[in-house]
Amino acid sequence: MDIFIQQVINGLTLGAVYAMVALGYTMVYGIIQLINFAHGEVVMIGAMVAFSVIGALAPSGLPPLAIVLVAAGCAIPVCMLVGYAMERLAYRPLRGAPRLAPLITAIGVSIILQHLAMMIWSRNPLAFPQIIKVESYHFAGATITSVQIAILAISLAMMAGLAALVYRTRLGTAMRATAHNPQVAGLMGIDANRIIALTFVIGAALAAVAGVMVASYYGIAHYAMGSQLGLKAFCAAVLGGIGNIPGAMLGGVLLGVVEALGAGYIGDLTGNVFGSNYQDVFAFIVLIAVLVLRPSGLLGERVGDRA
Amino acid sequence: MSLLEIRGLEVRYGGIRAVKGIDLEVGAGEMVCLIGANGAGKSSTLRAISGLVPTAPGAVRFDGGDFAGIPAFRRARAGLVMVPEGRGVFARLSVEENLAMGAYVRADAEVQPDRARVFEIFPRLAERSRQTAGTLSGGEQQMLAIGRALMSRPKLLALDEPSMGLAPIAAQKILQVIRDINRSGVTVLLVEQNARSALALAHRAYVMESGEITLSGEARALLADPRVREAYLGEAAG
Repeated sequence: MDIFIQQVINGLTLGAVYAMVALGYTMVYGIIQLINFAHGEVVMIGAMVAFSVIGALAPSGLPPLAIVLVAAGCAIPVCMLVGYAMERLAYRPLRGAPRLAPLITAIGVSIILQHLAMMIWSRNPLAFPQIIKVESYHFAGATITSVQIAILAISLAMMAGLAALVYRTRLGTAMRATAHNPQVAGLMGIDANRIIALTFVIGAALAAVAGVMVASYYGIAHYAMGSQLGLKAFCAAVLGGIGNIPGAMLGGVLLGVVEALGAGYIGDLTGNVFGSNYQDVFAFIVLIAVLVLRPSGLLGERVGDRA
Repeated sequence: MSLLEIRGLEVRYGGIRAVKGIDLEVGAGEMVCLIGANGAGKSSTLRAISGLVPTAPGAVRFDGGDFAGIPAFRRARAGLVMVPEGRGVFARLSVEENLAMGAYVRADAEVQPDRARVFEIFPRLAERSRQTAGTLSGGEQQMLAIGRALMSRPKLLALDEPSMGLAPIAAQKILQVIRDINRSGVTVLLVEQNARSALALAHRAYVMESGEITLSGEARALLADPRVREAYLGEAAG
């Protein structure tokens, strides 16, 4: 039972990060039906920028919390710029091209960003500086750290903010309208290109925060960290129903919990033939199961409600 | 000078010429209808006017400016708003959100009074303001599409087959409302297959046939024209 609670806590933490990244996939898919495979790299760039800023400011004697905030404050605009640039330079020229063209381009963008990061930050795993002393709290036989609490609180706040933006503001309504029918949105005077760019930028901001969080959680950053994280977040988006914003949040959290529970129990269940190093398998088992059993995902769009 | 001026407009899809160099004018305050059989090029003409298909320089002029190369969203902001064929309401958005999108480009304080006016014209929409648009009936969706277009305070409202797919009574009512909108000062360009009703309501009309305008003039005169009566009103020549 203790393992169960502990793994649920770990899973929720990881799931919150997946959810933040999954939102970027699902929002972009919702509006231009593109799986932006380079989105994971934006997460990585967020972590890397934060790494550099923290490294530069650590000797300055500033309060650790202020350093982390400055790091996030640098990572977010850099990632937003990267998100904007990839949309403007790589995807917009291909608007109206067959869907395979932007998809392959996305893979290309992903490779370019990874290698740029490798050139800037080296090919070695970088120890993410733990400048804030991690506190642990014990309850019901399980442990939760201050980092986990911060990750949960920050992601909850950001997702609530995103939901408010998308469902409560005029801009968010325009985003949903454009996702539904860009041509008619244009007839209403909505500049679809601007809305699409904005979607990339918002997704990139969430990815930046996710990158800083995941790097501080694992204490490590690496130029290739984005690809697997991105792939799992993509699974989460599909699990929730690609294109569906609440679905991405739910899918992310569920995937995190499934992964953590799977890793926690796989040893016992298989007589220690498989260990927790098989953790990464679960996301893809979930992906396959969803695609076979319910391709539209848990909260997927119903078919037939288009006018 | 005309509000909308079309000169030698051509629309091509691949090698097919859907519209073969037509001239058409709509003066401020007028209600003009464009009638013709299926595939005559009426919808293509509207798509060209609203910027959904590209046109040559000088082919579409609105309010004194050339619309060549101007994207659809800027034409809407300039006051030329089209209600597309098949209505095109945002099915997953509520009625109220659809109306808000009509007013997307406006920042003035009169959006609320305008919404009240739309609800006055279409009381059904007021009753259903929180419902998602996809759950409305065809007639209600058409009301919403027109109401949404009105929310942008268009100078010219272009409508593509607003009565299509509606029961005769609903179709009649929609066309009456369009006439009322015109009387309130909005210039209207109406594309209709329902030629009799359209001609009865409009000031002037153009008849389109395989990409060309074959007849034009006062709507009432066309209503009495034997060629129109035979081809579009289902009456024997005589």
